[in-house]
Amino acid sequence: MTQQIVLYPLLLQLLLSIVLMFCWRKISWQRVISIVGGVINIAVSAWLFYHIWENGTQIVQAGNWKAPFGIIFVGDTLSATLVLLTALSGVAVSTFSSASVVAARLKFGYFPIFHFLLLGLNGAFLTGDIFNLYVWFEIIIISSFVLITLGGEKAQLEGAVKYFTLNILASMIFLTAIAVLYGLTGSLNMADLSMKVAAIENRGLVEITAILFLIAFGIKAAVFPLYFWLPDSYHTPPSAVSAIFGGLLTKVGVYALIRVFTLIFVGDLFLQNILLAMAVLTLISGGLGALVQNNLRKVFSYLIICHIGYMIAGLGLFTKLAISGTIFYLIHDIIVKTNLFMVSGLAYRIRGTNSMRALGGLYAEYPKISLLIAIPLFSLVGIPPLSGFWPKLSLISAGFTAERWWVVGAIVFASLITLIIIAKVWAAIVWKDKTDFPKRLNFRYFAKLKLVRKTQMIAPVVFLSLVSLYIGFGAEHIQQVSVRVANELMDNQQYIDAVYNNNPKLNR
Amino acid sequence: MKTIILRTASTYLLPVLLLFSIFILLRGHYSPGGGFVGGLIASIAWVLHAFAKGLENTKGLIRIHPGFLMPVGLALAFLSGIAPIVAFDMPFMTGLWYPEHLPILGSLGSALFFDTGVYLVVVGVTLTIIFTITESA
Amino acid sequence: MEVILAILIGVLYAAGIYMILRRSLVKLILGIIILGNGANLLIFLLGRIVKGSPPIIPGDSEVFESIYADPVPQALILTAIVISFGLQSFAIILIKRAYKVVKTDDLDEMNAIDKDS
Repeated sequence: MTQQIVLYPLLLQLLLSIVLMFCWRKISWQRVISIVGGVINIAVSAWLFYHIWENGTQIVQAGNWKAPFGIIFVGDTLSATLVLLTALSGVAVSTFSSASVVAARLKFGYFPIFHFLLLGLNGAFLTGDIFNLYVWFEIIIISSFVLITLGGEKAQLEGAVKYFTLNILASMIFLTAIAVLYGLTGSLNMADLSMKVAAIENRGLVEITAILFLIAFGIKAAVFPLYFWLPDSYHTPPSAVSAIFGGLLTKVGVYALIRVFTLIFVGDLFLQNILLAMAVLTLISGGLGALVQNNLRKVFSYLIICHIGYMIAGLGLFTKLAISGTIFYLIHDIIVKTNLFMVSGLAYRIRGTNSMRALGGLYAEYPKISLLIAIPLFSLVGIPPLSGFWPKLSLISAGFTAERWWVVGAIVFASLITLIIIAKVWAAIVWKDKTDFPKRLNFRYFAKLKLVRKTQMIAPVVFLSLVSLYIGFGAEHIQQVSVRVANELMDNQQYIDAVYNNNPKLNR
Repeated sequence: MKTIILRTASTYLLPVLLLFSIFILLRGHYSPGGGFVGGLIASIAWVLHAFAKGLENTKGLIRIHPGFLMPVGLALAFLSGIAPIVAFDMPFMTGLWYPEHLPILGSLGSALFFDTGVYLVVVGVTLTIIFTITESA
Repeated sequence: MEVILAILIGVLYAAGIYMILRRSLVKLILGIIILGNGANLLIFLLGRIVKGSPPIIPGDSEVFESIYADPVPQALILTAIVISFGLQSFAIILIKRAYKVVKTDDLDEMNAIDKDS
């Protein structure tokens, strides 16, 4: 029963999307199935997390083909944490989208595709095979293409063309990198690659392969010179879609970077310097970009880029403390960014626009909602004791230990800019007087919605706010998880042993 | 494409090509072939028919919406994948084989059901894509 | 054979990237297709080109009896082709829709999102 546990979140998502495809035309069924399935998924993922926390890294060899020949699924603490976070934001977004996405879009298979996206995310987190990772990435991007174009408005299609082109290009570079890596080592299993790459004498070729991986994942993660597709596309689809994109899609790129650069290409000073330079520039340019935007969702899009910088900085510093900061930031960021985009959807539903100039007067009309959205906004800045504070503490102190003053400077600078931006957003949408933005005809304003729909829009924001409050106030637990993940990542022998333990003959 | 030769030929080509696609599907485990190729051949058969006789005729012949084949095929592949977990507590997608050799089919195993699922998904996807493009043109 | 393939792959990559850099949407799709083919050929080449038999052990023996070709690159290429088949058909429908809505094939004129809103 527990032997296959690593696969259960995957199989559940696949089952859900198949069931949802059978109910193609019955939207009201799809809403219920998606939310109930999401709750079950949380239970399964929590069980997986608990099991891995108690018993260490778990593996499943698909088709019973022994590693390193078959495709292997590896659940270590990092994967289990991310799967759990995917489940949490997944259920929030499916609840939110059942109220906020219009029925005309739901009719074209929104929910099945959404669950395919979650399937791809879970698969990417759990796989232990580099080509399989490519396949999961493709499942993710195909589903995200459909989600980003559903509805087919002009801005959406233009955003989709940019999103599509850059992501395909990233996939092609990823494929090229896999080809070169396979040519070098003759293997695709990540644990096997870890040993074989370390033994290669032609370091120049290894470095080129590493850079190919860096570019491919860098485009997906939206780091400094490669992020231009993100602010052009993330604000175009419905906010529910932006929420899952903003929360999880760029984080898959970060996850892949963490996995590849702690397991396969380890301990290369040149690469670490490149990562640090990218991180610093990402922090600065993302922050400055967000400062000048007026559209609420564009502001949040630039903030995604800015905060990717923190995680890359931790990876570039490459000490135990820094990696634990990266992991903590990842956990915090997934929840907060998903929540922020849902908040922007809420603001859009209330006022009919996302322009910060036209928004306003939220506190006078909805004081409780205003208090609620204060939680994600100020968690993002990291005002202690809210969740963003703790990882920055780890990152800055790791930066001091490594004597990388410019990294510390960039981190502090980006935090300051985030503070200014959030203060601006808060003033613009909550405290400012109501503007005389004209009422839109035929628009389903929040006040006119039925109580069920209102609950479906508020409940996920409350839920994720509670989670981020827990991350802030229960930082001790999250820190334990991050430190354990950092230990596992820095000592990759454990991962390799777990992969080979079924097969002692090959244990070299 | 209103030539009488193509129209007459497509009447006979359709069953032949469909039969050939099933042949390719069945020989797929050890020889070149399999669900994907078989599915493509089957969809080519329908597309050829649609070219010669018009889309409406082909749709009337298929009756169900080809998109419906996608969840059916996925479900079949999914079931053949989880069968080892449910029945024997073996890893996902372990090949289960029926020991006797059957006439025509040869060795019967869970791989065949998986391939049949792939076949149905490929037919469904390809026909949906091509029908959609044809209709919106 | 390796040299010819290497040159061919280089040409395909160059052509693909050149096409992606053009402003027309149709050329963009063509570029992606060509680039994909280049990547597939690269996997094929880097899996070593060997003249040999299929990697199937005959029923009456325990080990391979002759030189065999590595089956993994071919499986990878097949997977990559299937994926790019899906992506390309999506891309073609996407540019068709985009052309209908935006009424232009020129990427430089697709700037509705840059407007402040």
